Amino acid sequence: MPYWKFTVPLAAFAVGALLWTAMPEAPAAGMAAVRIDNFNFTPTALTVIAGTTVTWTNADDSPHSVRDKDGKFKSAALDTDDKFSQTFTAPGEYTYFCSIHPYMTGKIVVKAGS
Amino acid sequence: MADHDDKDLSGAANLNRRGVLKCMAWAGTGLLWTVSGGVPRSLGLLGDAIAAEPQANGFTFLQISDSHIGFDKPANPNALGTFQEAIAKLNAMPTQPAFVIHTGDITHLSKDKEFDDAAEAMKALKQKVYTIPGEHDVADADNGKLYLDRYGKGTKGKGWYSFDAGGVHFIALINVFNFEPGFKSAGLAKLGDEQLEWMEKDVKGLSASTPIVVFAHLPLWTVYQEWGWGTEDAPRALGYLKRFGSVTVLNGHIHQIQQKVEGNVSFHTARSTAFPQPAPGTAPAPGPMKVPAEQLHSVLGVRTVNYVRGKSPLAVIETPLGA
Repeated sequence: MPYWKFTVPLAAFAVGALLWTAMPEAPAAGMAAVRIDNFNFTPTALTVIAGTTVTWTNADDSPHSVRDKDGKFKSAALDTDDKFSQTFTAPGEYTYFCSIHPYMTGKIVVKAGS
Repeated sequence: MADHDDKDLSGAANLNRRGVLKCMAWAGTGLLWTVSGGVPRSLGLLGDAIAAEPQANGFTFLQISDSHIGFDKPANPNALGTFQEAIAKLNAMPTQPAFVIHTGDITHLSKDKEFDDAAEAMKALKQKVYTIPGEHDVADADNGKLYLDRYGKGTKGKGWYSFDAGGVHFIALINVFNFEPGFKSAGLAKLGDEQLEWMEKDVKGLSASTPIVVFAHLPLWTVYQEWGWGTEDAPRALGYLKRFGSVTVLNGHIHQIQQKVEGNVSFHTARSTAFPQPAPGTAPAPGPMKVPAEQLHSVLGVRTVNYVRGKSPLAVIETPLGA
């Protein structure tokens, strides 16, 4: 029998999703996190203000990578629990994907600081 | 099982006679394919005797795939061990294949040490090993520099090449560099214009009766789009091969056997020597599938392809690692 680590109740996912959508548009500059799990970047779209450092953490059994579609940044392969950080100084939209599983995509929206 | 400890990755050394006979049966659990007059047909499951019989007049080569050296998760805590075991089995084959092709994902994380360990293990092979990278081999921050430094010598572009052996023209294609992210094409792989133009020229002078074997890491037909198991511009590559009577496409990546015949082209994906993956759509995502330890060897494997000159049969024999 296949083994899948789906132990988080669906309700928790739903609550998580609500929380993400309810997040303020642009949190203060500093740190932000993207979690990679179950072949997804969460949150899929993240809005930060310029100067924020975003850290991706691979919480999956499979390795993943973080690669900007225009080649502006790219991590090495991230094994389970490996992290990758990128500081976003220029405002704009950065779409990225996993170069190992290219159907996994995400977006960082960087807004100018006030 | 008293005669064979499946959990022992060191394999043959610990077998008694009954165990050896049982393991010999691994050679008999494959599909025999014949390509005749451009029409491939399956001759059905091989009997042990047919498979074990040396192919005196035939030209054989062997495919191994997805060794994922460095993988150490529960689905297979010792991917190096099962790779070494596969190599030991190849070395014990009654008819030694002319060469070996590795259809990618040699390593798990594109790390130097993983490449070193894989190269060390492959030193035990007597034959030349032709390689192509999987996406796991070009996942370093330098986009494949580590792989190309080791295996790119004498190849074109980003590692593609062709060669002739036993009357067959072999084309090694690379489809792990030009991924279109999911928001453009569902994350399917791409061969890219440069490689396709090279390929068109590569086959131009060949007679239509030349058997063609193409190998690439990701399937050259869309096995399952939702998981990116396909190559967006493969139809263009296959278009250049339309006039050939016998085309065999060998892929890795999906860690399971899938086969399809379309006109003169037969497609095959190989098992991994490291761990199985779920069948398309049977799980929320692809990835290592944990099976009970005693079943692991039955879902790992290698593949032999046999070509007999003149009669043009191409026999594809799947070989699980364990009996």
